[in-house]
Amino acid sequence: MATNLEKSTKPLTARDFKSDVVSDWCPGCGDFGIVNAYQSVLAELAFAPHNVISCSGIGCSSKSPHLTKTYGVHTLHGRSLPFSIGIALCNPDVKVITTGGDGDGYGIGAGHFLHAGRRNVNMTYLVYNNEVYGLTKGQASPTLSLGEQPKSLPAPNPNDGVDPLALAVSAGYTFVARSYAYNKKHLTATIKRAVEHQGMAIVDILQPCPTYNDLHTKSWFDEEVEISGASFPRVYDIEAEGYCGKVQNPNDPEEVNRKEIEALTRIRKPDERKAIGVFWEVERPTFMERLYPMNPKLKETPVCKMVIADADGNPTTDLSNTYQEFFSK
Amino acid sequence: MTKTETVNHFSWTIGGPQGTGVDSSANLFLRSCAAAGLHCYGKREYHSTIKTGHSYTQIRVSETPINSHVDPVHLLTSFEKSAPLIHAHEVVPGGAFIYDPKVTDPAELDLHPEVLLVAVPFDEILTKLAEELGLPAAKAMIMKNTLAVGASLALTDFDPQYIEEALKATFSGRKAKLVAPNMKAVERGYQYIKDLGVSDKFLYRLEARPESPAQLVLNGTTAVALGKLKAGCRFQTYYPITPASDESVFLESKASEYGINVVQAEDEIASACMAVGGALTGVRASTSTSCPGFGLMAEPIGWASINEVPVVIFDYQRGAPATGLPTRHEQGDLLSARFISHGNPPRIVMAPSSLPEYFEFAFESFNIADEFQGPVIVLTDKCIGGNSQSIPPFNENSLKIRRGKMASQEELNRLAELPEFNGQFKRFKFTEDGISPRVALGQEYGIYWNTGDEHDEYGHIDEESENRQIMLAKRERKLETVAKMIPEHLQYSLHGPANADVTVVTWGASVGPLLDAMPSLNSDGISMNILVIKLFSPFPTEGVSRILNQAKVKVGFESNTTGQLAELVKMETGISMDHRVRKWTGRPISETEAVQAIREIVSQKSKEIVLTYGH
Ligand SMILES: Cc1ncc(C[n+]2csc(CCOP(=O)(O)OP(=O)(O)O)c2C)c(N)n1
Ligand code: SF4
Ligand SMILES: [Mg+2]
Repeated sequence: MATNLEKSTKPLTARDFKSDVVSDWCPGCGDFGIVNAYQSVLAELAFAPHNVISCSGIGCSSKSPHLTKTYGVHTLHGRSLPFSIGIALCNPDVKVITTGGDGDGYGIGAGHFLHAGRRNVNMTYLVYNNEVYGLTKGQASPTLSLGEQPKSLPAPNPNDGVDPLALAVSAGYTFVARSYAYNKKHLTATIKRAVEHQGMAIVDILQPCPTYNDLHTKSWFDEEVEISGASFPRVYDIEAEGYCGKVQNPNDPEEVNRKEIEALTRIRKPDERKAIGVFWEVERPTFMERLYPMNPKLKETPVCKMVIADADGNPTTDLSNTYQEFFSK
Repeated sequence: MTKTETVNHFSWTIGGPQGTGVDSSANLFLRSCAAAGLHCYGKREYHSTIKTGHSYTQIRVSETPINSHVDPVHLLTSFEKSAPLIHAHEVVPGGAFIYDPKVTDPAELDLHPEVLLVAVPFDEILTKLAEELGLPAAKAMIMKNTLAVGASLALTDFDPQYIEEALKATFSGRKAKLVAPNMKAVERGYQYIKDLGVSDKFLYRLEARPESPAQLVLNGTTAVALGKLKAGCRFQTYYPITPASDESVFLESKASEYGINVVQAEDEIASACMAVGGALTGVRASTSTSCPGFGLMAEPIGWASINEVPVVIFDYQRGAPATGLPTRHEQGDLLSARFISHGNPPRIVMAPSSLPEYFEFAFESFNIADEFQGPVIVLTDKCIGGNSQSIPPFNENSLKIRRGKMASQEELNRLAELPEFNGQFKRFKFTEDGISPRVALGQEYGIYWNTGDEHDEYGHIDEESENRQIMLAKRERKLETVAKMIPEHLQYSLHGPANADVTVVTWGASVGPLLDAMPSLNSDGISMNILVIKLFSPFPTEGVSRILNQAKVKVGFESNTTGQLAELVKMETGISMDHRVRKWTGRPISETEAVQAIREIVSQKSKEIVLTYGH
């Protein structure tokens, strides 16, 4: 990849990535764990804080950038991806990481969610999936299953739940994972892999909302599940069981196709438990890498750093060549 | 001969179903006249379909600069049967009609008896040409459009060398081999007319003015694209929509030459958000759309306003509401642009009123956006956007790039040395003029936050009443600051005498026909001046009021149903128009209509005039 991401020269800790803002999340909210994991990944990867752009949409989860001492771009409900893509395309030398809720990303932002995959922009998308619209007091989000009725719903959910990971694979995301807010080790490792991935990466993070989702609470996630008389942890890591979603040779169409079907099958497998891990990972040219051969100037200089005027403010763009096409004689 | 000839004052119409080569004919005709040093204005009308649907172009040619079309047609040319049914009645007595006798019987048409009828057997001529050139007949038939131009211009005694020049300009590079056969078709058409000996009976002449300087032949979308490139815009986003996408597609065709990144987004919400995101990195960023897409941009425009992000949005207005008249002209978004987004947040709204201004406003909009730090909405329209005209080369001499208050890395380094530096930057610092130094995402020591929520100086959410008052007032103050920075000619202009019987208040594409109407009205003894308003937010209340307070009779003149400019002027100045002229058929106002409307106001004192002419 052609990024010139400058790393920090001095050792950093997660503390260095915390802003002065005190969170307004409810006690016990799963969001705390996620933002902590996020900040510790930034420290581990030794990013210079000014080279990280933390973006978000609107929702409880989308407040994360304010808690983080990097550049913050808290955008509109559902629109964090197009904002982030604009940033990432205009300055490929920074790391763009977007956070947001399931309502934000898979509901109002569903169109952008899909098209972000098609472009494979080099950025990371962390979705806090609590199956509800937290900030608006607990209505059903797109990931809530049919017939379920968390406490704010006046009636059971008449909609089917959508599977964001299956959508992400089909849409072209090149890193597709799930993790769990209270599995700190797995969460940190997964976010780290997502951030290091070159291309569009998504991590859907199971996030208990103790205030509005009384069905899938932390204790529900932490319960053991009985299957054929034996007990198993509800949340389990598919990679610990031997699953590997990574395409070894992205230039081998047969392997790519086989692994993609495997990933979709694994994601859609009927399961009483909650599978976490990386389901799909493939190396593909990023959006900028696709543009460079068509537009080599973009590779030389990111558009945000192109010189457009001389010291006296005279525009440096010379249109004479193009004017020739339009001259009457 | 008793009647006198009319030289270099001419209007030619060609029409037919879409996709039959009408556009190529029109383009060749216009370019030929421009190559001959004449001034040209091409009005193009088409349906929102790809094939079929009646499409036509009127090319108006003049010895002096022109800014509009006229209703009378001096020569109507057609090689198919539908266009004459629609346009025959427009041909003036003494005008002419060139047609294909195989498909058209002039006796069935609503033609004035004094129209000269000129039958041209297109198929026969081209079949013969195909044989001579060894081409399949079908290949030759597609050259009906060039033959039509040859025949039409022959009737005016136009020098065919300029048609050849225009063909060379049209077919360059890989298409150059098309010049020779097309020129043959032109010559055959030309010769056919000469052999008929009818030119003498036609009293309109087009005489070359080879001494006149070279002109540019282009339309508004191209002029805007060029202005943006010159301004250093290097990130453009769009979602396809007529008539705006021509601009983005043109920019994309120049992407590698100028290093601009043009991105087709999944919808207009995304294109606006991407442009705003891009602008945060310091690049000059822009998006272009048309009415329905503009409506979708309401929320990101508000976000750009509260986060003080310089972003340029072009709205090419067309018939509204909803999809309305997708390929037709209207000036229906003035109030929508002025008030778009909840909370009426500060924004700049401006509208150029001529093709040269399309270039200038495209260039200056980025300076204004950078100085203002917020959204700049530029209202263009289908009329100037889509019509081709010949104009003098753009004046680039006075163009300067101004980026407003940007914090340099040196300044940030200096701030970082201060003992109180806490690793974050007051991007929304309270300042006297309301404008705070801006950093680009990624600059060292510049960390700050953006949010659509009300925020403090660092950009963190702050709902306190006191902060709200100070921060909102700071943003509002920027409008006053920037109003002083925008040169007067980009705010409004007065054309004609300072004191006049009639003062017409207008904007955008409605200005051209009024400027062109001035000489006719003056010769009728009517003195008129034209107040062109180009800046709508912040509104130039003082200047506009000063002019209108001196006006004897005030006329609002625009292409929308309710007279939106008149409404806005009333709101901003308290001054009402005495008369209103409006048109909302989707067809732009002609010089002819402008003359008639002002005459009627003067002679009959009509309060409301609704214009409807045109197909
Ligand atoms: C255009 C628009 N519509 C509606 C809202 C109201 N709104 C705010 S947050 C939210 C839902 C948030 O849910 P989610 O994205 O899942 O985030 P969570 O609060 O659960 O973290 C909604 C609907 C809004 N801000 N903007
Ligand atoms: S409402 Fe739910 S998601 Fe929002 S802060 Fe409270 S617990 Fe967290
Ligand atoms: Mg949610």
